[in-house]
Amino acid sequence: MSINDNLFVIIMASAIFYGTPLVFASLGELLAERSGVLNLGVEGMMLLGAVAAAWVSTNVGGPAIVVLPLAIVAAMIAAGLGASIHAFLTITLRVNQIISGLALTIFAGAAGLSSYLAGIWQLGQTPVKQQFGKIDVFGLTDVPVVGPILFHQTLLTYLSWVLVIAASFYLFRTRAGLHLRAVGESPQTADSVGISVSRYRYFHVIFGGSFAGIAGACFSLMIVPTWVDGMTAGQGWIALALVIFGFWRPDLTLLGAYLFGALSSLGLTLQARGIHISTALLTALPYVMTIVVLVVVSNTASRRQLGAPAALGKPYEREER
Amino acid sequence: MKAATAPAVAAFHVTKKFPGVIANEDVTFDVRVGEVHALLGENGAGKTTLSNILTGLYRPDEGWMEVAGIAVDFQSPRDAIAAGIGMVHQHFRLIPTFSVAENIALGTGHDPVGGRFDLKKIEERVAEISESFDLPVDPRAKIWQLSVGEQQRVEIIKVLYRDARVLIFDEPTAVLSPLESERLGVTLQTMARSGRSIVFISHKLGEVASIADRVTVLRHGRSVETTSENDVSALASLMVGRDVESVTRSAHAIVESSSRVGSVVLEIEELHAVGDRGLKALDGVSLTVRSGEIVGVAGVAGNGQRELVEILAGLRRKGSGSIRVDGESLENGSTRHPIRLGVSYVPQDRMGTGLAPDLTIAENMALKNFRRPPFARPPFIRQSVIDAQGRDLMEQFDVRAPSETTPTRRLSGGNVQKVLLAREMSGDPRVLVIASPSQGLDVGAVATVHQLLIDAAESGVGVLLVSEDLDEVLALSNRIAVMYEGRILDTFDRADADAQRIGLLMGGQLDVSA
Repeated sequence: MSINDNLFVIIMASAIFYGTPLVFASLGELLAERSGVLNLGVEGMMLLGAVAAAWVSTNVGGPAIVVLPLAIVAAMIAAGLGASIHAFLTITLRVNQIISGLALTIFAGAAGLSSYLAGIWQLGQTPVKQQFGKIDVFGLTDVPVVGPILFHQTLLTYLSWVLVIAASFYLFRTRAGLHLRAVGESPQTADSVGISVSRYRYFHVIFGGSFAGIAGACFSLMIVPTWVDGMTAGQGWIALALVIFGFWRPDLTLLGAYLFGALSSLGLTLQARGIHISTALLTALPYVMTIVVLVVVSNTASRRQLGAPAALGKPYEREER
Repeated sequence: MKAATAPAVAAFHVTKKFPGVIANEDVTFDVRVGEVHALLGENGAGKTTLSNILTGLYRPDEGWMEVAGIAVDFQSPRDAIAAGIGMVHQHFRLIPTFSVAENIALGTGHDPVGGRFDLKKIEERVAEISESFDLPVDPRAKIWQLSVGEQQRVEIIKVLYRDARVLIFDEPTAVLSPLESERLGVTLQTMARSGRSIVFISHKLGEVASIADRVTVLRHGRSVETTSENDVSALASLMVGRDVESVTRSAHAIVESSSRVGSVVLEIEELHAVGDRGLKALDGVSLTVRSGEIVGVAGVAGNGQRELVEILAGLRRKGSGSIRVDGESLENGSTRHPIRLGVSYVPQDRMGTGLAPDLTIAENMALKNFRRPPFARPPFIRQSVIDAQGRDLMEQFDVRAPSETTPTRRLSGGNVQKVLLAREMSGDPRVLVIASPSQGLDVGAVATVHQLLIDAAESGVGVLLVSEDLDEVLALSNRIAVMYEGRILDTFDRADADAQRIGLLMGGQLDVSA
């Protein structure tokens, strides 16, 4: 038996595979939260992205190199439209962000708009026509240990790495990133120096939301790969916890996503190896972890210490007195 | 010669209304190039609204503005900045987790798409400005590491960095020690002499008289007069529209005669505590307050005063050391324990910590008693009794509001303070702990509040007055303790109190040869 059939290697590889949608979703949420807007609609936006991607893959003809990027763009637009509802409600109308986000998830999520669209488009009866398969990068797949873990993943995983690096650079090394963080820390300060608070918030909520769309596409084009009603199975909520878990930093969020990916995949992997632990227990693990993370960081004082944007969740109104 | 050139900035017949309030009405004023022009007025006179209009944060409902003789219409602060108008806000617009240079760079300049921004260059420019205007600060320090005075320097550099020709200072000395204030006055005049124009907003008459070239007085939202008067009492009557001297003088007279000092009611011994950041905030504070006396704690904000009063109110845990109220030990735990021992607390943050803004005046006044008869017949409260008490207390404490069912958030600062004092004094307290009682109040309200404190002491309550306003501490206290970096550096009897020496101690200067 090759070293690459080792249990550790398989778990690590599948941690990255199953963690990939979490990376996209939490990275998008991170951008929105850095601008000061909490978006609990991640789960709903992911499902919108998943159904849009599934539709393109099923109905658009042509080579994979055209169809798959198109599917991703469609997923981003679908989720971005969902996010723009949240942006309009919370930024322009200053609705409570928690309520608006929950409404978005209920509206778009399982048994909502995404299921309705899948119904009229008759998705889910067959696997999608085009999907993201694992690729062999530079022929390094068979390198011991790191080969299967790092060099035998799908293009979506590599895209997520690029985005994590780009987001880190953007946040901490560019002027726009500085402005974004300022808007999330103190919109009054940002406004007083001429930074448009609502423009930054709109952009990052919608753009961040479109990342949730890619996360959804990961399910319908890569993991499952077909449409299943409510297929994200609460991973949107895990993504929300991951932002906190990663102290609002892209790199740490990525590590967190892979930890949760490992927990998600543990059941399948162990079963395949004939190791029998209650699957119910293993499936519950990531959600239990989510609850633990949220409990630990639920009080305001510790949130501040972790580096949460100070204005997170607060609407901004200039002529307030 | 200067009169011939157009004013640096001018506002004509500006009116700004908010729901239910006319903040500015027909205000006209102009600032010449190279002058320090003070905007003088009580709180609520419309000074801040006017400056927010000048800086583009608000848009006037009526009237117009000119910059260097050309009419302007600011849509946002960005336009005002572009026109060369910068503001040093009273509440600093700084981000604590960012560095000095990052804060200053915010909102300025553009980089090519995808490019990183050059923080080094910004740091160098900041150092340059800081040197040429004598505003020492480390460009790389994080804001939360800086003292209030240093943060203000950052605000000033921020405006200079944007090449502002007109600098507006909103109550800049409110947060400074006397020494720092004096230094700021010199900086303002230096900047004016270098061809900039300074708008100096204040309600402190002495400062206005000594720093400003001209003064525009605002009263009830209107511009009353522009004058180069620098006589304090003349300015005072312009500001309040009546003669205030008599009010303040009588307050002083009373405190002189009140020396019915009795037994010790509050005894603090070797108190230690940590602050929010886990750093040492109190480093062995010992202090006693006797019944019938006012003990003033002077000091620049952030030297442990907040932690001290919060511990006394049960809002913060103490470390080692003991606190006794009437001989009974005050322990960590709940806020109800100090209340039971007879400690009353009027916080600095009146609306946030002191009152529930959406509850009515009467309800707020009953907040400490509503559990007990006659205010409740558990588990029900008796609204009629609560309202009746509210009416009585409103009359007794001269709270001016439409009725006892008015939500407290609608009240002016002075009336808010009176509601709080009414509640805190009505429970027959042994000790009254009060923080910055007159901060943000106008002259009339300050006189009333001071009178209430003197009344409290005369009725046998021990008053612990914590204030950054040295004049207030000097005017009211029987004894004065100076706090610096979590310690009481020295305590003075009223008779031996020397404002200059106290001022130096507030700045941590221990070794002063008298």
